[in-house]
Amino acid sequence: MTQPLTQADIDRELREAPAGPPSGHPDRDFAPYRSSVLRHPKQPLISVKDPDAAELSGPVFGVTDVTALDADLTRQHPGEPLGERITVQGRVLDRDGRPVRGQLVEVWQANASGRYRHQRDDHPAPLDPNFTGVGRCLTDDEGRYAFTTIKPGAYPWRNHVNAWRPAHIHFSLFGAAFTQRLVTQMYFPGDPLFPYDPILNSVTDERARQRLVAAYAHELSQPEWSLGYRWDIVLDGPAATWMEEGR
Amino acid sequence: MNPTPSQTVGPFYGYALPFPGGGDLAAPADPAGITVHGYVHDGAGDPVPDALLEFWQADASGELRGAPGTLRRDLVDGSVIGRHGVDFTGFGRVATDADGRWTLRTVMPGNGYISVCVFARGLLHHLFTRIYFGQDPFLDTVPPQRRHTLMAVREREGVHRFDIHLQGEKETVFFDFG
Repeated sequence: MTQPLTQADIDRELREAPAGPPSGHPDRDFAPYRSSVLRHPKQPLISVKDPDAAELSGPVFGVTDVTALDADLTRQHPGEPLGERITVQGRVLDRDGRPVRGQLVEVWQANASGRYRHQRDDHPAPLDPNFTGVGRCLTDDEGRYAFTTIKPGAYPWRNHVNAWRPAHIHFSLFGAAFTQRLVTQMYFPGDPLFPYDPILNSVTDERARQRLVAAYAHELSQPEWSLGYRWDIVLDGPAATWMEEGR
Repeated sequence: MNPTPSQTVGPFYGYALPFPGGGDLAAPADPAGITVHGYVHDGAGDPVPDALLEFWQADASGELRGAPGTLRRDLVDGSVIGRHGVDFTGFGRVATDADGRWTLRTVMPGNGYISVCVFARGLLHHLFTRIYFGQDPFLDTVPPQRRHTLMAVREREGVHRFDIHLQGEKETVFFDFG
């Protein structure tokens, strides 16, 4: 029988992990995150350079796909959720720095106590009847998005003994092309759990890791109301050149 | 600009990303509708019950039009009321069930393949693959012994099977678009 993994075991594995790809994305083979062990391909990816590839275009969303309430996670129930009210806003850009316009941004998160509204989440922290933790919006002509929500709590998971995830908001993003698809997590500045977390540290480059951390932005805080965070997102991957003027 | 790194979709996306009718690209009455279905397996051959698959495809004529309205919403209560069934949105999203199984109801893509993006707990960066329904010159660029992993198996008229293996002897071919 194997001994349960401790934080010290994970810390050692993180120190010894080889550097990830130059893009800054995580290597899919990242053993300190144990769930990755059987879920990453071992064969190399096959490179596709076809200018007619369907993946150089992508799904389109519009005003029928979102409602005004979607972007304010604090107003989706009769009462107000518990927690620290925040706004998170920023821009979605492609790797050439062009704004991603009119595209879908989706978020989901734990409540202020660190509990998800998911029946497989058995963390003994209270659910909040006034908080679901799901939001959507479309980016504007400058690629801007904005959400009002509450700051999520940290929560335990079973990667190893005493494993805790730093507070984070899950983000799902679409670009002009399917190749630019991104699902990621936004973290909060100064979280003391950063060094212990194998998911955040699957991004082995410190500068790339910092791109996952929002900035506290005092000018975005609203007096007597909410604290403001700014987080810009850059989507990777090529798009068909005819898409440049947007749709 | 330097890209924002990917992070896993995690185990708890289920109340946020999937939506009713996510796999119903074809209108229910469309006589040209086909069913594509399969399982997602891990490197031990076990089903993956917490994968999320996204599909992007051309319409029957081969056009990649990408109409909005996949997540069309009810203005009274905000619920998803589904595609209106006239425009083809080309986009689908299906979470695997407890058996690791998924089903898509769509039309045969006029350009020969459906693009698939795979997300899962344990997968730190999504993977792209394609579902082909017949021979295609593109398949000649794939190592011959792995080509079959991109080919749907026709089970009967209008029903096609496509399994995804994240790892192992049957590992599916995944793509890098650079």
